[in-house]
Amino acid sequence: MTDQEKILNEVTGSDYKFGFQTEIDTETIPKGLNEEVVRIISAKKEEPEWLTESRLKAFRHWQTMEMPQWAHLTIPKIDYQDIIYYAAPKQGAKYENMDEVDPELLDTFNRLGIPLEEQKQLAGVAVDAVMDSVSVKTTFQDTLADKGIIFCSFSEAVKNHPDLIKKYMGSVVPYTDNYFAALNSAVFSDGSFCYIPKGVHCPMELSTYFRINAANTGQFERTLIVAEDDSYVSYLEGCTAPMRDENQLHAAIVEIVAMENAEVKYSTVQNWYPGDKNGVGGIYNFVTKRGICKGDNSKISWTQVETGSAVTWKYPSCILRGENSVGEFYSVAVTNNYQQADTGTKMIHIGKNTRSTIISKGISAGKSQNSYRGLVKVLKGAKNARNYSQCDSLLLGDKCGAHTFPYLEVDNPSAVVEHEATTSKIGEDQIFYCNQRGIDTENAISLIVNGYAKEVLNKLPMEFAVEAQKLLAITLEGSVG
Amino acid sequence: MLEIKDLKVSIEDKEILKGINLSVKAGEVHAIMGPNGSGKSTLASALAGRDYFNITHGKILFDGKDLTELTPEDRAREGIFLGFQYPVEIPGVSMVNFLRTAINSMRKYRGQEPLPAGDFLKLMREKKQVVEIDSDLTNRSVNEGFSGGEKKKNEIFQMALLEPRLAILDETDSGLDIDALRIVSNGVNKLRSPENATIIITHYQRLLDYIVPDVVHVLYKGRIVKSGDKSLARELEEHGYDWIKQEVDANN
Repeated sequence: MTDQEKILNEVTGSDYKFGFQTEIDTETIPKGLNEEVVRIISAKKEEPEWLTESRLKAFRHWQTMEMPQWAHLTIPKIDYQDIIYYAAPKQGAKYENMDEVDPELLDTFNRLGIPLEEQKQLAGVAVDAVMDSVSVKTTFQDTLADKGIIFCSFSEAVKNHPDLIKKYMGSVVPYTDNYFAALNSAVFSDGSFCYIPKGVHCPMELSTYFRINAANTGQFERTLIVAEDDSYVSYLEGCTAPMRDENQLHAAIVEIVAMENAEVKYSTVQNWYPGDKNGVGGIYNFVTKRGICKGDNSKISWTQVETGSAVTWKYPSCILRGENSVGEFYSVAVTNNYQQADTGTKMIHIGKNTRSTIISKGISAGKSQNSYRGLVKVLKGAKNARNYSQCDSLLLGDKCGAHTFPYLEVDNPSAVVEHEATTSKIGEDQIFYCNQRGIDTENAISLIVNGYAKEVLNKLPMEFAVEAQKLLAITLEGSVG
Repeated sequence: MLEIKDLKVSIEDKEILKGINLSVKAGEVHAIMGPNGSGKSTLASALAGRDYFNITHGKILFDGKDLTELTPEDRAREGIFLGFQYPVEIPGVSMVNFLRTAINSMRKYRGQEPLPAGDFLKLMREKKQVVEIDSDLTNRSVNEGFSGGEKKKNEIFQMALLEPRLAILDETDSGLDIDALRIVSNGVNKLRSPENATIIITHYQRLLDYIVPDVVHVLYKGRIVKSGDKSLARELEEHGYDWIKQEVDANN
């Protein structure tokens, strides 16, 4: 075995830090999925009739669909009747006062580095904490309300802001969009809703932290962000789950609407449990994320650091409808051991002078498979549309795979679309150079990988960037020898 | 300081070094010269611990410790520095970050606390003057987009910062114009002290006009075939390597 192989083996053999389970009373419904289950979920959430109907419509449509097979993924058959579709920590849905929150729950989020007491939090970050199917606590709501900003759980939004939900839910990702979107639209549990009124620059980062805790359950959250004219918001999303031998399903929807001159920055650090060294267990992560730049001069920017999940199927996209609107996608996807990722973006240019940038950095180690899949589509009316795409792949070791699937559809002759792609192996020369300066191989790899991903990591908000750097190092721990 | 005893090194099954004996004392500068393919760079790499060189026989003692039993990073931490013939680019990793990681790894090995950021930046500023390096260079990624001369200067800058006890400079002069050669040599001369030693590996005598060695060795076909003082280098410059080759080949 060469040195590099040895270190690869070591780096790929590290432990998942967030794999603990919280012992807490959980209310669940029986396994399985049918119209009755959809109705039960809706009833548990005390939803209005129209929403129950909308769920049923989605469910009926889902039944006519087949799971998509086009991705470069090998997924064992999923038994959708063997999953629990609703689980909630007992003790009422939402805590008004911190004293009412179960100490076990507080402790869970503390261990995840997300204290729910406002005074303990990073100044400038409001958090909506979602455990299994319900939102546990949303912080800083009052501070935000002073500016007219709504930041609450999706269930609360259904109750308190039904008109906004009715207007925007499904307007970017309709339930007919794809298999997992239909499933989510039928059984979605909770998530976050965020509304930034006209002219308001949101004074703090908004963030949602998703935690799967209960066994055998799926997590199906929805996030909806609406930014009115001339507004700005930066939104962060984090996720973790306990270590289990069974695979668990996560199928989420995120919708973003940006009106004239509005800007939405959406950052994700996805660290669902990836399964063990032998590929046992882990989260199946099937997510539909899409934003629409509805107004002129609007901007939507996706930044993602994907290190977790056994399988990732995810393409955060932008529909650039407003003139001069801008879409951005910055991604670092790391796969190790037996992880599989098929991720990328879609940039749909509809308006004139629309611009998009795609920077994708894939890092594969162990026996993993890492694919970039991206579509750049320029419609007839998108005069002077511009796209720049750069897709880089970095391989650690020789048992992993990196793949790039770019799709270009250009229907306007004035469009300029550029695509660059590189594949490189982490060089023994680079590692030895670091060694010769006293840096051991593990640190050398972390240094090299972080350098490689820097362009994307720089796009993350400060606190997140530091976390993400550590995460990259941990994910690749033991992966080179 | 350094004792190399009957060192034999092969790559795959081919023996490159066929029994090297070399003794370097603190305060000395040794030059190792020789025609292409004689094993000069192999010797440098073997000292630094590059893994695809197999040490089949012999010992490398550094202050009495057997280097062959240490990893490359531990050799570096013990005070061995290799100035690379082809310095490696590491995109996205800033020189500051790289060197701070390096220096703190070495400090940790010696049981010292990490160097506070302020002190480190001050140290960088000081050492930059030694090699007349542009401020801008240290803000860039490690060797990325550096010219050949800049890369070599950067090696000497790193050497100045890491303060090794034994520096091995592998063909540091190759590809340098006369100004860069002067700057690099000045840097090396300024860093000379009674406590440290330098091994200069070079093909040409030119560098030795600037850095005057105490001992000159000629490496040929994997063996040191001749050693002498600085006049040996001049002789090689005038007559080339052929007379040595003939001498050696005649004896075999």
